[in-house]
Amino acid sequence: MPHVKCLRCRECGSEYPIEPLNACEYCFGPLEVEYDYESIAKAVSRKSISNGPDTMWRYHDFLPVEKESAVDISTGFTPLIHAKNLGNQLGLDNLYIKNDSVNPTYSFKDRPVSVTTTKALEFEFEVLACVSTGNLMGSVAAHGAKAGMKTMVFYPADLEQGKIQGAAVYGPTMVAVTGNYDHANRFCSELADNHRWAFVNINMRPFYAEGSKTLGYEVAEQLGWKAPDHCVVPGASGELHTKIWKGLQEFNDLGLIENLKTKMHLAQPEGCSPIVGAFETGAGHVTPVRPETIAKSLAIGNPAAGPYSLEVLRETKGTGVSAEENTIIDGIRLLAETEGIFTETAGGVVISSLKKLVEHGKIKKDEVTVAYVTGNGLKTMEAMGDFVTPIETTPDYETFQTALAAFQKM
Amino acid sequence: MSATVRIPTPLRKVTNGEDKASVDAGTMVEVVESLEEQFPGLKARICDDDGELRSFVNVYVNGEDIRFLDGMGSAISSGDEISIVPAVAGGS
Repeated sequence: MPHVKCLRCRECGSEYPIEPLNACEYCFGPLEVEYDYESIAKAVSRKSISNGPDTMWRYHDFLPVEKESAVDISTGFTPLIHAKNLGNQLGLDNLYIKNDSVNPTYSFKDRPVSVTTTKALEFEFEVLACVSTGNLMGSVAAHGAKAGMKTMVFYPADLEQGKIQGAAVYGPTMVAVTGNYDHANRFCSELADNHRWAFVNINMRPFYAEGSKTLGYEVAEQLGWKAPDHCVVPGASGELHTKIWKGLQEFNDLGLIENLKTKMHLAQPEGCSPIVGAFETGAGHVTPVRPETIAKSLAIGNPAAGPYSLEVLRETKGTGVSAEENTIIDGIRLLAETEGIFTETAGGVVISSLKKLVEHGKIKKDEVTVAYVTGNGLKTMEAMGDFVTPIETTPDYETFQTALAAFQKM
Repeated sequence: MSATVRIPTPLRKVTNGEDKASVDAGTMVEVVESLEEQFPGLKARICDDDGELRSFVNVYVNGEDIRFLDGMGSAISSGDEISIVPAVAGGS
């Protein structure tokens, strides 16, 4: 870890050693990893990064762990797809989909969890734990299995079956908590005080959050070492939004990209949009809400990084958009039918919000736009409802021809 | 009878390692005053100069965020369990 200096409180600047700590003891502000950027600058170049592995670990110099010990299940360097068909429908010439639903556990969470699991082993933890809206627990369970750690995953009891089974298969201890995610999160924050467990998004949060920066680096590198004009990012805690921006800023500061002017848009579902709500009213702080949305992976009513996400929106002249609940499935189907990518409800929120941004004139036809699709549709099948109407036929030619003719008239 | 406050790790240096405290209080404002009497310096850690909770401090009464109740005016009854929790947790 040659490039890491310490942990520092983002609010009051107090310094802490590199330990599993998430909150400042003086003001409760979030602790963040402080790097020695001069040291990073000497170590990296476009060439050195390009010669790295085809995973997120090509950016190891920007991550707060020892590369040699990385717990890697081949996460990252996911496709950036020029979405010409969807672009045509929306009126955009340079639309790209960052398809992060093809990670090993089918969501972007493998990025922060790969970093955290590595760090948890460095700290000699034996138990890896998390509180999850669904995607995270699958990733924690998988990385724990790979690292030979015990895993404990906590989740709101009403989660989609695909996410529950998709995590359980890796052998974690599953804990279904009554209430919503915010209830489970409060509970786990207190548990983390009394157990020596590496709670990836609580006491390990400063290290965990850094993994999401790689979604900024990758997009810039894949665009030919250029930042896009627009990013559209799904918002739950707001941390992904802030960390993609941090990644782009770091690349810009180190001269790996130039002229950073990306507008960082945030997409939340109407039924849980506390950050967008604060953006729209011009409020200086985020007021928590009670989530009522089909996009369960975004159902965080009390977003931990809400204030900073709000700052990023204002600093980059981005727009906070909320997608109406009844447009989320439309967004999923539009992406599937135009680009062959089946995303979960959070991706539906992103596509529906992207459409609104174009309609409201926030994105121009020729501007380079990246929409982040961060989770796989097979995990949220319940949300799709009953939308399949097959042609029913016996296996003989005449019956099929008649049925097909009837179907085509419909 | 009194209410119980669960003390999070960042405050335990101020409470000499105690992870719980008892308070006699009718509102959250009085809870904070009572904690300050018992553990001088604690109030400044969780409240700003105007006595409002700092932005990264969440307080729950029996598991309910006080921002869904009456904030610092929220009523406290005997036997209530109060949690002070760093806001910086969860999600990604």
